[in-house]
Amino acid sequence: MSVDLEKLLRPVDTPLPPYPPKVITLADGSKMVVRQIGRDDIPDLLPHVEALIHHERDYYDIVSVRVYAELLAYYRYRVVDEYVLIGQINGELSAIVNGRIYSPEIGMSYHTLGLKRGLRIGAHCFAAKMEYHIDVLKQEEVLIVAESPIGFRRWMIEYNLEKKFEIPHELGGSPSYSLTREIFNRARGSLIVGSRPVPQDLLDEAMEKILPPSDPPKAPPDFLAATRAKYDSTGTSIIADPKRKKVSHA
Amino acid sequence: MREVYIVGIGITSFGRLEYPLVEIASYPSVVALQDAGLDTVDHLFVANMGGGRINHQTALSSAVLDHLSLWPAGSETIENGPASGSSAVKLGFQAIASGMCETVLVAGAERMSEVNQLDATDFVATLTHPMAEQIYGITLPALAGMFTRLYMEKYGVTRRHLAMVAVKNHGNAMDNFFAHVHTRVTLEGILDDRDAETNNPVIADPLHFFDMCPVSDGGAAVVLASKEVAKKLGKPMIRIAGVGQATDTHAVHERPDPTELTAVRLAAKRAFEMAKIEPKDVNVAELHDAFTILEIAESEEVGFFKKGEGHLALERGETQLTGKIPINPSGGLKAKGHPVGATGVAQVHEIVLQLRGQAEKRQVKDPKIGFTCNFGGFGNNVVCTVIKKEE
Repeated sequence: MSVDLEKLLRPVDTPLPPYPPKVITLADGSKMVVRQIGRDDIPDLLPHVEALIHHERDYYDIVSVRVYAELLAYYRYRVVDEYVLIGQINGELSAIVNGRIYSPEIGMSYHTLGLKRGLRIGAHCFAAKMEYHIDVLKQEEVLIVAESPIGFRRWMIEYNLEKKFEIPHELGGSPSYSLTREIFNRARGSLIVGSRPVPQDLLDEAMEKILPPSDPPKAPPDFLAATRAKYDSTGTSIIADPKRKKVSHA
Repeated sequence: MREVYIVGIGITSFGRLEYPLVEIASYPSVVALQDAGLDTVDHLFVANMGGGRINHQTALSSAVLDHLSLWPAGSETIENGPASGSSAVKLGFQAIASGMCETVLVAGAERMSEVNQLDATDFVATLTHPMAEQIYGITLPALAGMFTRLYMEKYGVTRRHLAMVAVKNHGNAMDNFFAHVHTRVTLEGILDDRDAETNNPVIADPLHFFDMCPVSDGGAAVVLASKEVAKKLGKPMIRIAGVGQATDTHAVHERPDPTELTAVRLAAKRAFEMAKIEPKDVNVAELHDAFTILEIAESEEVGFFKKGEGHLALERGETQLTGKIPINPSGGLKAKGHPVGATGVAQVHEIVLQLRGQAEKRQVKDPKIGFTCNFGGFGNNVVCTVIKKEE
């Protein structure tokens, strides 16, 4: 009985062509391999996403918690036609992007999560995701929303996306923006970069194991904590520290 | 004129600070006072450019002074565009040199992340000439772009030279815990590779993304004291040996040759004359590299290199940490960050660290004399300092 019920709960996926891996040179000269992963790889990603769920900076909390849910749903067969691409630098996980096929012509972009910051890693992987929809799946457009100002700058402004506000996006019903084939073609060579084939040594390194990110986003140190000591809104406790050497110049 | 010493220093992390402007100014002040071993000062100068406009905070020095319980010391807020910090240091210097004060706290602070980056750029653009530049929509990146193009045509500077400045300063910032940008960049990644144009897109031709300083929050502070007080405190004797300031036309196009940074040249000359030294005597410098071209141009105008040869010295590695005249060991504005009102104070902070031998991995070998150049407006109001370590 339970097996039968699972069959009812589990949607049937459409077989999707694979995303051919590519390599992108980053501003620091490192090489990021972008490749597709399957369901079996999802457990390797989840702990690194979970670690960011309470990171209340640059919307990492909301994006991480949603990515976590989407990855889990993909792993447990609760979303139809989802795919996941990852970026890896020296084998380390640097980005996760995902989406799904809404219809043969229309793609639905889900999320872009950068696990290393400052090198356009998220933007490069978002571009790879668009490449998957337009070039590999041969779709005509991808529906997109942004959940952070950084995302809005990277997608809506840099690509000059078309407004399709009449279409509620799957991510919470927000008005959609659309990346059409025409927009994608305009971005080729400027926003859509990278090369193929990936050198075998880089690909082997990436395929061997998804290593944890060594420099994930983290909360900044609270340098001002000392001046915000309890019962001391003015921070003068530091000045009044009796252990501190005092010199009067008067 | 009495001699003036720097007896305490403090700094915040540069980047995005989620605290009120008053606290961003107060925290490094507390650290600097602690470093000096002082409880109070005679006067407080706070350098800030945008408090009134973007943080709804005017009379910042009064707020900081109260926050630090420094009453009844005198206080003023100093606004001189991006040179506010060095102007405040200069006024602190004058207050002690004149005999009016024994101790002065100079803080600089900015909280630019209060607004988005477009508004921040618009705010900084308010320093341009109101009728000749600002009303036409000029921005600092646009001015810098035009300046760079002229410089390239006249002196043979190339995009590679600009990228070399970025690579050097990002590398230095990797060893500066307080720097805004901790991202190493390479010539391959921002210039040579086929993907580099996307990593490093054009912002204001010929300047690209990595030719620009970031928009930063941050604060820095120094405590200045007379010789008598400095001796009592027992800190390393670091003296402000020279201060020079000079101005130029407000509108850049009114200059006979816009590639000449006359105010930089004159401010540096005055500082060197007061210190009775020459540019060749300087062991370490912090130059105002809000745009990569400015490090090259200023290194020539202050006299480290002949006019038009700064990029050649860069090629020879003379401005590296181990070079003949290391420039921007902190990472400079380019990578350490540029919270405009704090920048000049932070430059002095870095030089004091270097002269004390406390700069850790980015320490220049045994420096005796340091130099700062804080570039206000687009070179229309410049303050330079010479700072000397006394044995």
